[in-house]
Amino acid sequence: MNDMSVNETVTDVVIIGGGPVGLFAIFELGLLDLKCHVIDILDRPGGQCAELYPEKPIYDIPGFPEISGQELTDNLIKQAEPFGPVYHFNRMVTGLEKLDDGSFVVTTDEGEVFRTKVVVIAAGGGSFQPKRPPVPGIEEYEGKSVFYSVRRMDDFRDQDLLIVGGGDSALDWTLNLQPIAKSLTLVHRRDAFRAHPDSVNKMRALADEGKINFVLGQIGSLQGEDGQLQSVHIKTGDGEQIIHATRLLPFFGLTMKLGPVADWGLNLHENLISVDTEKFETSVPGIYAIGDINSYPGKLKLILSGFHEAALMAQAAKRIVHPDEKVVFQYTTSSTKLQKKLGVA
Amino acid sequence: MKIFVTDHDGVEHELEALEGWRVMEVIRDWELPIKAECGGACSCATCHVFVDPEWLPKLHEASDEEEDMLDTVPDVEPNSRLSCQILMSEELDGLKVRLAPSAKPETAAA
Ligand code: FES
Repeated sequence: MNDMSVNETVTDVVIIGGGPVGLFAIFELGLLDLKCHVIDILDRPGGQCAELYPEKPIYDIPGFPEISGQELTDNLIKQAEPFGPVYHFNRMVTGLEKLDDGSFVVTTDEGEVFRTKVVVIAAGGGSFQPKRPPVPGIEEYEGKSVFYSVRRMDDFRDQDLLIVGGGDSALDWTLNLQPIAKSLTLVHRRDAFRAHPDSVNKMRALADEGKINFVLGQIGSLQGEDGQLQSVHIKTGDGEQIIHATRLLPFFGLTMKLGPVADWGLNLHENLISVDTEKFETSVPGIYAIGDINSYPGKLKLILSGFHEAALMAQAAKRIVHPDEKVVFQYTTSSTKLQKKLGVA
Repeated sequence: MKIFVTDHDGVEHELEALEGWRVMEVIRDWELPIKAECGGACSCATCHVFVDPEWLPKLHEASDEEEDMLDTVPDVEPNSRLSCQILMSEELDGLKVRLAPSAKPETAAA
């Protein structure tokens, strides 16, 4: 047994992924009295809907002729609220292990441990991870002198810093790190930015004062030794420029990678998790996969398909968590029991 | 109408395309490897292609939105476009593009 100092949470269900399908699963599981903890790598709920296209209208959600990704997320959170889900953001599930009694231990990169009877993987296209520039040999610098986020500002103090990108992260960190860096160069492919105009103005002012160096171009190659960066070749419109740099921060946004899911011993089909279409169970009983991450004959990657999968999965999960209770199928329109759970009766 | 798509191994594929389809959709429909994770919403840039320089002038100019997304392409070149933002039409019959490394799905063997 784990010693008690380990922060262990015991729950009915751990949902991996807080996108629309994961959020709706809380609701379906909640109607059947199952308690959920939701873990997501992003800093807020909504998954792809919130990260990739919060403002874009979606036209194929039943009952909503038009709804934005953000509105849909907000509505789903509200709908799940009566069931008191616990959200854990900014963490990645790294470990998933089945115990002899059939329950699971789920661990995160922040060191949390969850003991749960059911695991629901609703991880969409996987976990969002930074896009890495296709520069040969960049791996050996990663975590030493190439970083995709700033965890500790001190890592950049008195360094010759090179920031690449034209969005908010690139501009914000240019402004924040300039005062402590030895030198700072911002590289972007064009003289226009998709960042907040105020940050762009501030950055231009710093460039005019000679406090930072702004270069139009893109990263070509890296030079250094043992993971310690020394300089970066920048391809510019009219040739090449070599910039002395000891730290590189590329900010090209996020993309989805399957990540640790691939290592959990589940049957996969072309990087998707194979499930049955009755319970949406994976090859490991007690682990379900719903939404874009699963695969079965005829699968359509639609949010509405994920909702359907969540409802059927919940019935099966109920039988695992409360094997002795008979599952009575009820409607929210007519069942006072369900309405009480929703707090409307 | 047709498009010609060069894959990551340098092999050119001749694909039947339909008027009004996005080039990304044609590529995906023929099961060539393209990530296109946002499904054509101009929000992910993982449908990035290099357009044959001869064809570049025949395309409509990239919208501001497309330009913004191209900022998130780590291997951008002057002939970079997002294939979900190119709609097939008569004038583009014969269009030539090359799949960009940054748009490669994880599944595709290296
Ligand atoms: S498919 Fe996402 S930008 Fe084209």
